[in-house]
Amino acid sequence: MRGFRYLAGVTTLELAGELCIGCGRCLEVCPHAVFARDGKRVRLADRDACMECGACAVNCPVGALRVDAGVGCATGLINEWCRERKIPGFGGGGSCG
Amino acid sequence: MGACKVRWGINRMNYLVPAGLYAVGEPTAESPVVVTANYKMSYDLVRSALAGRDVWLLVLETFGINVWCAAGKGTFGTEEVVNRVTRSGLAAVVSHRRLILPLLGAPGVAAHEVQRRTGFTVAYGCARAGDLPAYLDNGQSSTEAMRRLRFNWYDRLVLIPVEIMLVVKSLTLIGAAVYLAAALMVGDAAALTPLLAYLGAVFTGIALAPLLLPLLPTRSFAVKGAVAGLAYCALLYGLAGGAHWSWTATLAAFLALPAISSFYMLNFTGCTTYTSRSGVKKEMRVAIPAMGVAVLAAMVLIVAGRFL
Repeated sequence: MRGFRYLAGVTTLELAGELCIGCGRCLEVCPHAVFARDGKRVRLADRDACMECGACAVNCPVGALRVDAGVGCATGLINEWCRERKIPGFGGGGSCG
Repeated sequence: MGACKVRWGINRMNYLVPAGLYAVGEPTAESPVVVTANYKMSYDLVRSALAGRDVWLLVLETFGINVWCAAGKGTFGTEEVVNRVTRSGLAAVVSHRRLILPLLGAPGVAAHEVQRRTGFTVAYGCARAGDLPAYLDNGQSSTEAMRRLRFNWYDRLVLIPVEIMLVVKSLTLIGAAVYLAAALMVGDAAALTPLLAYLGAVFTGIALAPLLLPLLPTRSFAVKGAVAGLAYCALLYGLAGGAHWSWTATLAAFLALPAISSFYMLNFTGCTTYTSRSGVKKEMRVAIPAMGVAVLAAMVLIVAGRFL
């Protein structure tokens, strides 16, 4: 996104280029222009702009995209961490997460 | 008015409209079908954007949660789209087979699955409801700009009230603890300073740092928050007679206050439109222990200061 960049080299987004059929769905759903058309396929043009929302992976009809999508705030991650370890008091809820 | 209250967290979890098919204007069998969430703020935004047009509005049951968050949870999802299309009898109402979904609903909906199960193709429109008229006038196709997320100072400003309301409980508890501890050590009157210092650090991390986002250095939210907290602490030192503080109290303030601001700024990543989960995890691995150490060291200093 213009003006704002987050940490580089952290996204879990992976594109299995050999599976891509070039339907262009990922180009349509990505809010940060991570993808670009490359002939009959798609390539990762700006991988570090990925915010891991998961829209591309969910909408890829051939499963060529993978990303670890989910809650992205500190409180949410702490709650998730506590839930995974079954620490009481972190049953979830709230408007986010 | 309602939207303003909701921004302050008043009755926010009960601000919804019943799911189902709604008519905007006088739509016919050829009119486009726009899909949205049943959070009343989402619904109102879409409806007012479409005012003066004839459009079908298919409202999904997202339990009063906005499109983006509901898509993340899966309630604005493939199942609910299929379910709502079927239950509303949409196929008999319109002659075409095309749904227009908000771009921010895409993380929850597999377009190819919806098509396979309902016969309706999914077109992802624009990121912002305000662009819907332009999208429709553009032959129902989005431009590059309509698909991009923005995050200007006003977008950030409207998020702050609810962020404050969400921490009021923990703020009251910790604030009371800070005041009591300080009152026991230095007496009632002087205990106000540490309490206000704490509240100021929280406010810096929750409100000031997010507003100053692009002006604060580095891409790391923890660092941005710590820098804002340091600046705040320096200001406090200057305005609240820091020259008269003991050296242990001064050091404790400069350790704990930036750590507090840093935590709340790091938490703001949940509201941004460009940070990633993996990035926040990476920040947290270093930042959370560092904050813990800073706050603990500050406490030790304060207690030790009593005996020096």
